[in-house]
Amino acid sequence: MKTNYTGQPANRVDGSLKVTGTAKYAAEFEAEGLLFGYIINSTIAKGKIKEIDISQAMQVAGVVQIFTHENVSGLAWFNKSYKDMDSPPGDPFRPLYDHKIRYSMQPIGLVVATTFEVARFAASLIKVTYKEEKLVTNLQDNLHRSKKAPMGKVGYVQPKSRGDAESVFAKAEYKIEGEYVHAAEHHNPLEMFATTAIWEEDGKVTLYDKTQGVSNVQLYISNIFGLSLKNVRVVSPFVGGGFGSGLRPQYQVFMATLAALELRRPVRVVMTRQQMFSFGHRPGTVQRVAMSADENGKLTSIQHEAYGETSQFEDYTEIVVNWSGTMYNCENVKLKYELVKLDVATPTDMRAPGAVTSAHAFESAIDEIAYAVKIDPLEFRKINYAEDDQVEGKPYSSKELRACYDQGAAKFGWSGRSIEPRSMREGNQLIGWGMANGAWDALQMPAKAQAVLSLDGKLTVSSGTSEIGTGTYTIMTQIAAETLGMDINDVTFKLGDTLMPMAPLQGGSWTAASVGSAVKAVCEEVKAKLFKLASKTKHSPLSGAAPKELTMAEGHIFLISDPGSRLSIIEVMRLTETDSIIESGMSGPDPAAKTTHSFNSHAAVFAEVKVDEDLGTVIVTRVVCAVAAGKILNPKTAGSQILGSVVWGISKALEEETVMDNNFGRFMNHNLGEYHVAVNKDINDIDIIFVEEHDDLVNPLGIKGVGEIGIIAVAPAIANAVFHATGVRVRDLPITMDKVLQLAEEDKNQVRV
Amino acid sequence: MNSFSYHRAAHPVEAVKDVNNQSDAKFVAGGTNLFDLMKLNIEKPSHLTDINRLDLGKIEVLPNNGLRLGALVTNAATAWNKDVEENYPLLSQAILAGASPQLRNMATNGGNTLQRTRCYYFYDLATPCNKREPGTGCSAINGFNRIHAILGTSETCIATHPSDMCVALMALDAKVNVTGVNGERTIDFADFHRLPGDTPHLDNHLEHGDLITSIDLPADHFKTNVAYLKLRDRQSYAFALVSVAAALKMEGNVIQDVSVALGGVAHKPWRDRQAEEQLKGQSATAAGFREFAETVLSGARGFGHNTFKIELAKRAIVRALTMALKNESTILSDLSKA
Amino acid sequence: MKNATETVELPEHYPVSLKVNGQAYNLKLQPWVSLLDALRDHLQLKGTKKGCDHGQCGACTVLVNGKRINSCLTMAVMKDGEEITTIEGLAKGDELHPLQKAFIEHDAFQCGYCTPGQICSAVGLLNEGKANSLEEVKELMSGNICRCGAYTHINSAIMQVKGETGNE
Repeated sequence: MKTNYTGQPANRVDGSLKVTGTAKYAAEFEAEGLLFGYIINSTIAKGKIKEIDISQAMQVAGVVQIFTHENVSGLAWFNKSYKDMDSPPGDPFRPLYDHKIRYSMQPIGLVVATTFEVARFAASLIKVTYKEEKLVTNLQDNLHRSKKAPMGKVGYVQPKSRGDAESVFAKAEYKIEGEYVHAAEHHNPLEMFATTAIWEEDGKVTLYDKTQGVSNVQLYISNIFGLSLKNVRVVSPFVGGGFGSGLRPQYQVFMATLAALELRRPVRVVMTRQQMFSFGHRPGTVQRVAMSADENGKLTSIQHEAYGETSQFEDYTEIVVNWSGTMYNCENVKLKYELVKLDVATPTDMRAPGAVTSAHAFESAIDEIAYAVKIDPLEFRKINYAEDDQVEGKPYSSKELRACYDQGAAKFGWSGRSIEPRSMREGNQLIGWGMANGAWDALQMPAKAQAVLSLDGKLTVSSGTSEIGTGTYTIMTQIAAETLGMDINDVTFKLGDTLMPMAPLQGGSWTAASVGSAVKAVCEEVKAKLFKLASKTKHSPLSGAAPKELTMAEGHIFLISDPGSRLSIIEVMRLTETDSIIESGMSGPDPAAKTTHSFNSHAAVFAEVKVDEDLGTVIVTRVVCAVAAGKILNPKTAGSQILGSVVWGISKALEEETVMDNNFGRFMNHNLGEYHVAVNKDINDIDIIFVEEHDDLVNPLGIKGVGEIGIIAVAPAIANAVFHATGVRVRDLPITMDKVLQLAEEDKNQVRV
Repeated sequence: MNSFSYHRAAHPVEAVKDVNNQSDAKFVAGGTNLFDLMKLNIEKPSHLTDINRLDLGKIEVLPNNGLRLGALVTNAATAWNKDVEENYPLLSQAILAGASPQLRNMATNGGNTLQRTRCYYFYDLATPCNKREPGTGCSAINGFNRIHAILGTSETCIATHPSDMCVALMALDAKVNVTGVNGERTIDFADFHRLPGDTPHLDNHLEHGDLITSIDLPADHFKTNVAYLKLRDRQSYAFALVSVAAALKMEGNVIQDVSVALGGVAHKPWRDRQAEEQLKGQSATAAGFREFAETVLSGARGFGHNTFKIELAKRAIVRALTMALKNESTILSDLSKA
Repeated sequence: MKNATETVELPEHYPVSLKVNGQAYNLKLQPWVSLLDALRDHLQLKGTKKGCDHGQCGACTVLVNGKRINSCLTMAVMKDGEEITTIEGLAKGDELHPLQKAFIEHDAFQCGYCTPGQICSAVGLLNEGKANSLEEVKELMSGNICRCGAYTHINSAIMQVKGETGNE
């Protein structure tokens, strides 16, 4: 039995639960007398509810109650009570609080009935009349109303300019500029938001919720309903995809809790797929990039400005342009990031928020400037390679992006590329090769964990984090088993419960580093305890051994100097009459390291497209994604994360767009039939490479996280490949056939070079 | 979803009678579109007559060597039927280009013809729609109309018919057999669906209580030299922006017969017989195909977001005819090999 | 809270017999109950997932008489007397179905929410016997959305099992 599990491609420990349908998601917890809630939403984008007539709906047999702003009271008075751990600056949306309509599809009522079908039927009988007000939802038409993005959202840092980019650009011989646009996108995890709220006699409430942070939901609900934290338990063992949508508590958890508390009955509220378009989204963004270079391909100036949409009530911010100051060596950088308030829901973090937005524009522009000076785009990036963080003036703890370039290019066959657009074809299909690179912060947050080692030699480690598909159960089990040298089958990791030690929100690619470090720390505590006990054993090979003389592996504690002198964990516990060992531990980032180094993961993406010359259809036939993200705990699950990110990138580049009808201020393709995400047929060969990257500084595990880094450079790599195939720059995502053929009505963002 | 009653019919006569008993009763077979629309309160039948147990589930060769497709045969069973694959490959291709394997296992041939539009505004009760609620206005004409019609539109509606199968049936000169309170009748496929005109709420020429019993395909009709080309925003499981069912009968390089139907561009599968007549007797050339396409699209009108479809449809026609000429299309067609 | 007179009529309950995973169930259901909700809420078989409720994602895929369908788009009452297989019915006791094993081995899922539908769909695909190549598997598995993006692994798992069972 080898117990050095980390770095091994272990199968998921929760695999059999998932393939047999026994993993339980939020809507799958049962209770006696369960009621079903159905949410109703506003049909207008802005104005007031004049009347909400529930009389007919209340006549339906089986309807228990209908909640609207007219009959909900006793909620928290101040809007600050609605803040959660991921709130941007502003006043959070308060469901059912008043008669104001702030955005289309805003939730305005909840029907609670004895069955789902009765609740849905009764909802159709509710008549709402509105007083409509003039609405504004068109980002491009309202750029003149932009204002500087404020500080306040966790992690947001304002961009820093340097040098004099404008003057250099004005005088430069080789330069490009362009405007890049993408519309709103919605996360659409396959599980819809759901909460099963169980009211208990003693006034406690247990919420089985779809969330990326049980503690965040606990805090949110306790503040709004005036409950003590100990009276709110949030449980979430499995989450059917998050991608950021579950970072903030969504309104179904409010609805379910409200109904359960008011009715003193268990209540389940599940959103419809249409309602999955009624809260946060990746904000539609307009970006302008201008760059200049000298004849040797050295960047002489960079200007990058971004205008993101936000709601009227909160200032959602993400780090968009800042990346453009760090990626390459350049003395003159001008960055600007502003927000435009529209009558929309507040945007929400969506996989690699900001960075993926930025990379689409910036890495496309890098391709354009490389073409302006007629240098291979990969070579151009190498010429301008930044060894150090150009903004902070600090070295990176590690940066193996060059290895990503080299290994990715070799795997892809980049060296065989001719720089000329339209230089490769097969029949009607123009073939193009493009590449781009990306970076993401390697972050660590404070996290806690508990470990219980029982007399039967079984270890249970727990932390209130979540499993959104990233493999948390598996890698935590690997870390714990390896730290204690135990058989992985003797280790169980539990998560997703506010009764467990607190973990940060599951986002930002920091869970493996944060919770993983806590798990390692608590297992080290258990190990220390076991060494102490081993030393106390009488007449054993380990009697009197000092901790530093001992080690653990393969289920045993043994002398480093004499591996034959050993005791099993169970033997140590029996010999010392120890029933169980319970330890708590925590881990957090090292503040000293941050002052000396910057921490980023990196990736280089190479893409091949086939574009039908006459029809404009684009197929991504090959992608190579080379990633430098420190140590990879589990190449199988991490590989899946990168694979999924690449699929997201393809989907973003070619398909995803939530279409706003500005007459109604409403997203019109609010279903999975018309909001296209990639299907099986869209995905062809994808190669993932993890380059070797050793990093002792980033955290005790040497890992950087892999949730976002894979997606960032995919869309620009594809856009650049489309240019290489066709000679057409489509600067407006998604790249659809009408844009490629330049047949689109508004094709100002499509430029034939 | 509204409240409704349900009856499982055992015989077509009983089924027709059951639907005719209530003015807003409907037949249900596969249910894939009807049940979907009921969940959204777009369809609100007071009564459903389940016709799944009727004896309409066979594919039979007719005495004239044509093929009769039972109304209750699923789309999947039709596409993979040996007679259809061999003699009407265009139909197999079109069916397999639509929906998903699961939906094709549910959806029936009769029901496929009765699919309703996928217009965003039709699908959203929050917006006016003349098709859903006559007289309320068309939100698409001045709205986001990228997926909408360019041919045969009216001031009241620019919705498209979403079916792929129907595009092939149109090209193959199918006939729809119907039984109703007034007995049985046969409708040419070309006369089955309507243009929106000032009655956009009506998709076709069936009367209340009319039950589709089967669809007939003529004998020896475009067994080879066919292609179904579907252009859409993803590679599978998406409705067509433009689709083309193209069929040629060649003698050497001379076009003896031609049939081209378009999907995704009109309120019904679109066909221009006059243009086809002009192509007959000509040699098959790219220029000739383009000229034909220009004629077919000559009356097209764009509404902004969908204007690209006019040129795209022309190119798609040329490509589909070229594919048909080469006779290389497979049943599970793949554009990347086109 | 509500008036004594209830004027809005609800659908009648109809007898529905379903044989699910070999076990017979006799239910009384209103016709507006989808097969999906009947499985999840009336039979407590939560393995079949609701991802969109409109036939646009495939998470609810089950087998009816061996054929894969979207259980969200059929009324349970329409399936009276039919044999239904759900994800819960694929394993034989503790012995997983070969596709279940292959999905684990190939890491053909992440969040797991689409997985029961993917596996049932793949069983249906192999029953159909129409997919003769990877390209055709991709086309004929495109009715199941995996938002986590595990498609290539899903296809590897299916191709492996397809090869093992000689279902060429």
